[in-house]
Amino acid sequence: MLSRTAENLYWLARYVERAEYLARTIDATLRVTALPAAYIGKTNEWDSALLTAGVAASFYQKYEEANEHNVVDYLSFSVDNPSSIRNCIEAARLNSRSVRTALTSEMWDTINSAWIELQEVWSKGTSTREDLAKFLRFVQETSLRFDGSAYRTMLRNDAYWFSRLGLHLERADNTARILDVKYHVLLPEEEHVGGPLDFYQWSSILRSVSALTAYHWVYRETLKPWLVADLLILNGTLPRSLASCYDNLVRNLDQIGVAYGRQGPAQRHARGIRNRLEHSNMNDIFQHGVHEFIQEFITDNSRLGEIITKQYLI
Amino acid sequence: MAVAFDEMNIPGGDLRPAYQELARWLKETPPEALEYRRQEAELLFRRIGITFAVYGDSESTERLIPFDVIPRIMSGKEWSLLEKGLKQRVKALNMFLRDIYHGRDILRAEIVPDDLIFQNPVFRPEMNGQQVPHDVYVHIAGIDIVRVDAEDFIVLEDNARTPSGVSYMLENREIMMRLFPDLFARHRVAPVERYPDELLAALRSVAPLSASSEPTVALLTPGVYNSAYYEHSFLADKLGIELVEGRDLIVKNNEVFMRTTEGLKRVDVIYRRVDDDFLDPLTFRPDSVLGVPGLMSAYAAGNITLANAVGTGIADDKAIYSYMPDIVKFYLGEEPILKNVPTWRCREPKDLAYVLDNLSELVVKEVHGSGGYGMLIGPAATKATIEAFREKLKREPEGFIAQPTLALSTCPTCTASGLAPRHVDLRPFVLTGSKRTTVVPGGLTRVALKEGSLVVNSSQGGGTKDTWILDE
Repeated sequence: MLSRTAENLYWLARYVERAEYLARTIDATLRVTALPAAYIGKTNEWDSALLTAGVAASFYQKYEEANEHNVVDYLSFSVDNPSSIRNCIEAARLNSRSVRTALTSEMWDTINSAWIELQEVWSKGTSTREDLAKFLRFVQETSLRFDGSAYRTMLRNDAYWFSRLGLHLERADNTARILDVKYHVLLPEEEHVGGPLDFYQWSSILRSVSALTAYHWVYRETLKPWLVADLLILNGTLPRSLASCYDNLVRNLDQIGVAYGRQGPAQRHARGIRNRLEHSNMNDIFQHGVHEFIQEFITDNSRLGEIITKQYLI
Repeated sequence: MAVAFDEMNIPGGDLRPAYQELARWLKETPPEALEYRRQEAELLFRRIGITFAVYGDSESTERLIPFDVIPRIMSGKEWSLLEKGLKQRVKALNMFLRDIYHGRDILRAEIVPDDLIFQNPVFRPEMNGQQVPHDVYVHIAGIDIVRVDAEDFIVLEDNARTPSGVSYMLENREIMMRLFPDLFARHRVAPVERYPDELLAALRSVAPLSASSEPTVALLTPGVYNSAYYEHSFLADKLGIELVEGRDLIVKNNEVFMRTTEGLKRVDVIYRRVDDDFLDPLTFRPDSVLGVPGLMSAYAAGNITLANAVGTGIADDKAIYSYMPDIVKFYLGEEPILKNVPTWRCREPKDLAYVLDNLSELVVKEVHGSGGYGMLIGPAATKATIEAFREKLKREPEGFIAQPTLALSTCPTCTASGLAPRHVDLRPFVLTGSKRTTVVPGGLTRVALKEGSLVVNSSQGGGTKDTWILDE
């Protein structure tokens, strides 16, 4: 297929995934900040929302204060924020338009309808909590519909694989970013372990990657920080864990390699990261330093993005 | 202006045969039901994303062309005459182009004046002596046809460069079949859906000699911001070919390749929807980023077929248009089946004088204009507009032609106050491959939605209709 088509499919999936992740982050932050101050502690949750979205620096060029109104606006509707939900949907539609031939009509319909709804219903942002909740649900549903229609209707060929690469690379990046911002509350040796504050922090992390229920199914335990980290980093059964993302990345890259009759640096690099995740356990990671581990992962992950681009997309 | 010819109603109350069933159906169908399906149709168009961009209109960069649900119907007999005329006309266009870029018999015979060719900006000296596969220049032609009576079909304009609109022919039918299955059940409407197959076959048939036996065809688009982008992606999809932009192509050793995830892949035929000027920055406009550097040298080397060929603009130029009846006679030795609109060439002093004296009754068009821009419709214009135009005309008479205001035929159309006659034209699409010329029965009917308006261009508020050719 055309390199540009592959590139568009790859980014299309990334944008949709990112939009959903932002919606989840806002949703989770709203829940935490709705709690009485005693439960939250002194950290500004809206600040961490900006950090996990990776847009804190540009936010402060426009706003003074990271409060609910400003952050929701910046993450959801701002035209100035290149990765606001609005811009993600906008970019996803533009990408879809330029690769319409590679999309199934269901996928196109999802993105196009979302874009139309964005213009017609959400062009002025939201004024009430209720509205905001509706908007966030709309974004999450768009992503689910898009993902579902890709899964159910696309031919299993390189178009599908490149779109999956974008999805899993973005997902791994998002999960890693939450861990990067919140790693301090996951450290087992912190003294306030088990306080109400942490409980809500942990559940908020899990919620933002839709893994709260999954946690209970996997561990059948009360929330423990190292298990939260274990779930998000190493557990291969959780779709948003780093391990799971890399299982998928390796598989999709392999499929491309087989179809094209050639393996390359992207396949090798992805396999390297997957092997590292496979042979790690939480003890080692904590000893090595969670923060360092996550930062290395983020670098490795974006490196994979660059390698894929160079090998296939330009 | 005389009362226009109505394609459904015969003055005196009778109906033309092709419309009898439709009229019965309309009588049985309550207006609310029609209105409901009209809204349904609009929703479908928007969801599918069939939009077009209007240049110079930043407010809404993507718009829907209004769709009128009342089909325009033509009998099989009418169609076969039209079809014959179209094939004749396109054959002559191709022979004319072949001649202009080779022997130039027609200039020597003084049928067409030299300067009209050589001083014409759309004449491409690069094409002199260049062999194009099977001598086909115009693979896809869109001939704009109007009617003023029951007998004749009149050509308003030949489009031999990159005619658009065929996606509407196909999508309009698709949507009509979805919304009005009952109406289709009562007619035998000739299908249009084989158009993509015919197009692909025509394109593959003109592949260069150096191509493999399975030539690779690609559609070259200027990109998502082009007004006809939807159509480009739609056609690429229906043909199962890659939709490429200039940056996807690269020329190496005079061969054209596309960049794919598996490396470079040779392309043999390019169905290009990019204008001549933008095709190759090395040959034409150096500032073009839409084109492919080196494409013209690959073309000259005979390693790529461009459809349509470069330089076809010289055949559909409005100044050449008035010579078409003579061109048909010269090459084919036949009387033209399709009529021309009588045309005054403002470059000729006698004609200019007449035009200046009768501006308020004429339609004056820019020779190089398109899309209904830059034209004067005398009867509808104010005095001031006419005077301003008069000055323009005097300054540069060779840039204009003039025609009488035609009473275009009308068809019943949905309006705010119920069904009413509105003026229509028709663009059928003529495909020419190495061995045969085909016209899929149908075309794009454009309708001027405003009462009395004669401008059917989508950029000027026109709409479209499904066009039915009855299979009798």
